[in-house]
Amino acid sequence: MIPLSWYLIFAAALFCIGLFGVLARKNAIAILMAVELMLNAININLVAFWYYRTAADGIAGQVFAVIVFAVAAAEVAVGLALFISIYRRRNTIAADEIDLLKW
Amino acid sequence: MTPLQILFIVVAAATLGAALMVVSVRNLVHAALWLVVALMGIAIFYVLLNAGFLAVAQVVIYIGAIAILMIFTIMLTRRVASESKPQVNPNWGWALAIAVLLFAGLAWILSSWSGFNTQTTALAARADPLRDLGLALVAPDAYVLPFELASVLLLAALIGAIVVAWEKKI
Repeated sequence: MIPLSWYLIFAAALFCIGLFGVLARKNAIAILMAVELMLNAININLVAFWYYRTAADGIAGQVFAVIVFAVAAAEVAVGLALFISIYRRRNTIAADEIDLLKW
Repeated sequence: MTPLQILFIVVAAATLGAALMVVSVRNLVHAALWLVVALMGIAIFYVLLNAGFLAVAQVVIYIGAIAILMIFTIMLTRRVASESKPQVNPNWGWALAIAVLLFAGLAWILSSWSGFNTQTTALAARADPLRDLGLALVAPDAYVLPFELASVLLLAALIGAIVVAWEKKI
């Protein structure tokens, strides 16, 4: 059997890789991809906790993960639309050049 | 070491390696393709965790829709995303330090938790999680309200994305 700890350590590592991507990358789409990695790490955690701790009581962990899927899909759709719009107006999608609100 | 554990280690190593490539590789199209590899590894984890529906949804939604959408957007904005310029912030060292520190902190907190080494699963009494999930998502005394709210959220995101990306003649 695989112990729960393996999943938790794996998810923590994946989350931290995603965090590094969010903090370090310049391109906004690359940042969004790193956010996807973080969301996936959270989902692994939710399902692992459900499988090892509460699977006899209900299906809450999997329902939670399904809702996270829906939110991630909505986030990507709106985010990519924003990037295309910004690209059209300012001809850049580097996160440090999108400084219209900075003064 | 059981075969299942070996499978876990192989898939985890492949997924983490692909994730590292996603955040470090220069060419964004390659990064998106590595993202597909990482998402596929996570789908395998869902199968190991007895969540078949999530594994299929992972392949259909993340790989089939989200990753492809990202590749399209990368190609639409390709001209500015040239690979000659550096792809990371000048202070990426701080980001690396924060990520490593967070991982160390998470590992430390988790290892001091009493349930960290849970071996047995609580699934014995529950034969068919897929059927349970389907019923729970539409049962009025379970999760039908969050389910419907998620559909409203997706509709709002759909309309919002169209409005935001609409090409107005200014």
